[in-house]
Amino acid sequence: MTVASTLALVLALLLVAIAAWTVATRRTFAAVEGFVAYGLLLSIAWVSLKAIDVALTEAAIGSGLTGVLLIGAAARLRTTEAALSAERPGTPLRWLAAAASAAVAGAIAIGVLSLPDPAPTLAPAVLEHLPSIGLGNAVTAVLLAYRGIDTLLESIVVVFALIGVWSLAPDRVWGGYPGPRQYADPNSILAYLARVLPPIGIVVGLYIFWVGADLPGGKFQGATILAAMWLLAMMAGLADAPPISRTWLRILLVAGPLLFIAIGLAGALTAGAVLAYPEGYAKLLIKVIEAALLPTLVLTLALLVAGAPERTAPR
Amino acid sequence: MSVFLDIFTVAAVSAGAFFFLAGIVGLLRFPDTLSRLHALTKADNLGLGLVMLGLLPRAGGLLAALKLVVVWLLVLLASAMVSQMVARVARRGGSPS
Repeated sequence: MTVASTLALVLALLLVAIAAWTVATRRTFAAVEGFVAYGLLLSIAWVSLKAIDVALTEAAIGSGLTGVLLIGAAARLRTTEAALSAERPGTPLRWLAAAASAAVAGAIAIGVLSLPDPAPTLAPAVLEHLPSIGLGNAVTAVLLAYRGIDTLLESIVVVFALIGVWSLAPDRVWGGYPGPRQYADPNSILAYLARVLPPIGIVVGLYIFWVGADLPGGKFQGATILAAMWLLAMMAGLADAPPISRTWLRILLVAGPLLFIAIGLAGALTAGAVLAYPEGYAKLLIKVIEAALLPTLVLTLALLVAGAPERTAPR
Repeated sequence: MSVFLDIFTVAAVSAGAFFFLAGIVGLLRFPDTLSRLHALTKADNLGLGLVMLGLLPRAGGLLAALKLVVVWLLVLLASAMVSQMVARVARRGGSPS
């Protein structure tokens, strides 16, 4: 057995073990910790499969951002959790749930194991036509040229998710500021970090966004880093989230997807199909779409974590 | 020359792995939060630093080597900040669960 396959085996066993622990543990907070560690291990697995784009997205969104959201949810559940766990469902119900879960896992396992080997792939076709788009990163080409409709719907779905979070607000604070106002000690270590890290983080986030055309990276990963820097300043009490009734905020939230739709519809006239790009302009248009989606994504991801409005709107 | 660089890499990465091991043993065996933090920072600072140092000759270029150094510095910053915050909560009497 070679070193590489031993490492892969150890990684796979660790993933299964931590997944099982996440399911089995009783405490919600511990389950969230397990989930974050699982996501980070999973991104190492993606790196070892040479899928750097997927690894970056998994680390940034799957583990980082979702982890923060789940920690917030676990903290909110803490007061009611003890009462809930006291009334446990009966043994037959729990066995039924376990059997149903095992059946789903088994069906997925059979599906994965019965895939033809080698799996049918379009990768050579993508690489062959890569020069005609002008991009160096095949993943970005697939996301924005071949499967543009998926990316368009994705960017709309995250805005819908934010609207869903906002709609949890009670009527009297509608249009107000999301989440509680953080009053941290301005001399605290968190405030220091919130001053030192954002300049570095903003450069890294923009770099990852820009380099996505030719190397692993892209708007989702870059936007998550930028949103994290904003959230850091919010948590340290150095900045506050804008009230959700601000006009500029709402315009920026829909500007990205709207521009994407506009360019997509224009493709019907100039290139003969919706979401097609005219010859020679593909790279330019893709970069324009990504640049328009970046502010939308930064705002959406940060405000998703900031939560539903809890304080009244400014008079 | 390259033999010496290889020996240097193996020695530095092994030393780094030793500090990670020591940090994990400390994390599992030490009695209270503050001493567990003390063990953990050794793993981050020295362990990762030595691994980074060992990988420098293999980075294949000045830019890649600089990126490795920056990664180490960022981890140093993050771990120092997080340790401070955990320690503060622990000293105030709360248990950081």
